[in-house]
Amino acid sequence: MTTLAEPPRHQFQLDANRTAADGDRRAAVRKALHNYSSARDKTGATFNDWKSARNAASAIKHEAVNHLDRYLEEFESKFTARGGKVFWASDSKQARDYIIDLAKRKSVRAIVKSKAMTGEEIHLNQALLEEGFGVVESDLGEYIQQLKGEAPYHFVFPCMHLRRDEISDLFHKELGTAKTDSPEELTMIARRVLRRAYIDADMGISGGNFIVAETGMISITENEGNARLTVGLPKIHVALIGIEKVVPRLADLALFLPMLATAGTGQHMTGYNSMYGGPRQPGELDGPEEFHVILLDNHRTRLLADPEQRDALHCIRCGACLNVCPIFKNIGGHAYGTTYQGPIGSVITPHFRGLEDWKHLSGASSLCGACTETCPVGIDIHHHLLHNRRNAAAQKPAKGEQLLWKAFAFLMQRPALYRLASRFAPLGSLLHPLVSGSPLDPVRSWTSTREFPHAPMRSFRDQFREHQAAKKGVASSGTQQGAKR
Amino acid sequence: MNANSGDRNAVLGRIREALREEAPLKHPAERSAGGAPTTAHFREWLPPVGSRIDERLELFTRLSQTLRSELTLCENIAAAAAAVTELAAQENWKTIALHKSDLLDGLRCLLPASLNLLTVDEGYDKDALEACDAGITQCELLVAQTGSVCVTSSNDGGRVLSVLPPHHIVVARRSQLVSDLTEAYASLASKYRGTYPSMISFITGPSRTGDIERILVLGAHGPKRLSILLLP
Repeated sequence: MTTLAEPPRHQFQLDANRTAADGDRRAAVRKALHNYSSARDKTGATFNDWKSARNAASAIKHEAVNHLDRYLEEFESKFTARGGKVFWASDSKQARDYIIDLAKRKSVRAIVKSKAMTGEEIHLNQALLEEGFGVVESDLGEYIQQLKGEAPYHFVFPCMHLRRDEISDLFHKELGTAKTDSPEELTMIARRVLRRAYIDADMGISGGNFIVAETGMISITENEGNARLTVGLPKIHVALIGIEKVVPRLADLALFLPMLATAGTGQHMTGYNSMYGGPRQPGELDGPEEFHVILLDNHRTRLLADPEQRDALHCIRCGACLNVCPIFKNIGGHAYGTTYQGPIGSVITPHFRGLEDWKHLSGASSLCGACTETCPVGIDIHHHLLHNRRNAAAQKPAKGEQLLWKAFAFLMQRPALYRLASRFAPLGSLLHPLVSGSPLDPVRSWTSTREFPHAPMRSFRDQFREHQAAKKGVASSGTQQGAKR
Repeated sequence: MNANSGDRNAVLGRIREALREEAPLKHPAERSAGGAPTTAHFREWLPPVGSRIDERLELFTRLSQTLRSELTLCENIAAAAAAVTELAAQENWKTIALHKSDLLDGLRCLLPASLNLLTVDEGYDKDALEACDAGITQCELLVAQTGSVCVTSSNDGGRVLSVLPPHHIVVARRSQLVSDLTEAYASLASKYRGTYPSMISFITGPSRTGDIERILVLGAHGPKRLSILLLP
């Protein structure tokens, strides 16, 4: 997604149309999400009170995000006191340069990486490869996407759109392994390859799910154990994490870890939840010699400066809003062309990368509110999509659309003109099949994938008038009959 | 600040500038007198555990089954050693890794002499540890609410003993079973008094993935099996 041939809006239209018409791909996505809702509901029901838990999570993130300066400084002082290094990056270039410079200074030969959407955000792998550093993704889904040369499809389930036979073919082509239709065998192939990567790497790069201010730790949530190995074996650990991921206290995780698991995958707790507070400490037998945390702004402060939408920074990246979104299910993850897909991605991307270029994402919503309802930290997602639309319209209203609405208003305010227009509609309906789908078709963008509604020969107005007249006739004849009797 | 901390002042400056206008609190939490709710309230909302030890053990047992952790109640350390010996025969182990501790030292001397032991405390060769058939550790705590085993880097054999070998065996005592994560964090806080180990990890079941068609596969990168031997 680094270079777009078309402007983002056109690329979006092309990719969205392609996936929406691709029944196979949509079936794969549907299958992947098939059990999600029931698993989430079942686990959510084990909570004494999910709604109160959600309000509390929202309040804690509100406290953290609205005192972000204080909590980040607290994190920094606790973390550095334990031998960690903190680097503040204003943008992606600063973050990339820091990691590349560090790798050069320490003569790093091999890098292993656990899942980090911030890495995707700053195009880290590409930059490392250009500098001659090999980097291997260790999360199974990310590894598959790396082999495929594709961006993650979903920020929690990176290869959810692929069928097992496609993955088997990919492994066969890239790794020379025998074809198989067993997910277990495919997983074991990756396990064997990646074990070498952890042992050979001298730098491990991770993301982070939470920054704990009180104790100077970052917390990483994962199922596979690849992050444990990525930050356990190499001699240098670099964690790249957005500044908004703060929670004030270590014990706050007692609430967030079960909620993240429930909303993310329907598990009651993710496989490994690990808190790291510094490099190897005196008396410990292993662990990295150096631990660098990069606090990434990269336009998060732009979103922070908007009090109306600031709560979008409460997001814990569980992916629940993607999993329930009718738009995501139909257009798929790649169509968004963003690091963060789905409803939350459509809210935050215009702040990160510019409203003018990315406002179209906020239009791609049915406003059904499923995202808002499912969000475990209570972000007003679908209202924020409306806010983005409003802001985009205020910034630069679309000329064509303005004209269209003006014409519509003109017509609707003049009943005579409206009647005249509706009189001609059946004629239009009769003639339309002659040009339907062709370049002459005035409603081609609609008819390319849908049927255009037919205008009836007799309009509702006509029918209503006749109906009223007939009723009056019956009523008046009824009265006459009554009078006769 | 020194040059090494990057754009510290610029980032903090932008944050402070951005926060000059207050954001509304949209979902006021119950039971909070302004500000964020306290952790003491979490257990009123999270899945219930029950206050008695047998209720805790019952929940931990049930969750272990769901998670496919293998929980064995052992009467004493000899029974635990017998359980390890049985697993060794079952999986045909040659070498296992473990760390030093009072609890595990008692176990070590009861293991069959044919089993090679790699002790990690004085450092280890990564390839040698990777080649081990199993890793045995103690733990900090067990958590009933989530079915988790809590290990730390200073107490339980470092960062990777519990995750690199394909079979992780945890030896624990019943008194280590706490009710929930809130209690676990409180217990760690009072034990370490601010000087925490560099890693605290809650392990919940064997390593797993659902990345291929969301079908569950155990042993993605970490252990394929997690055995918990619970002593009185």
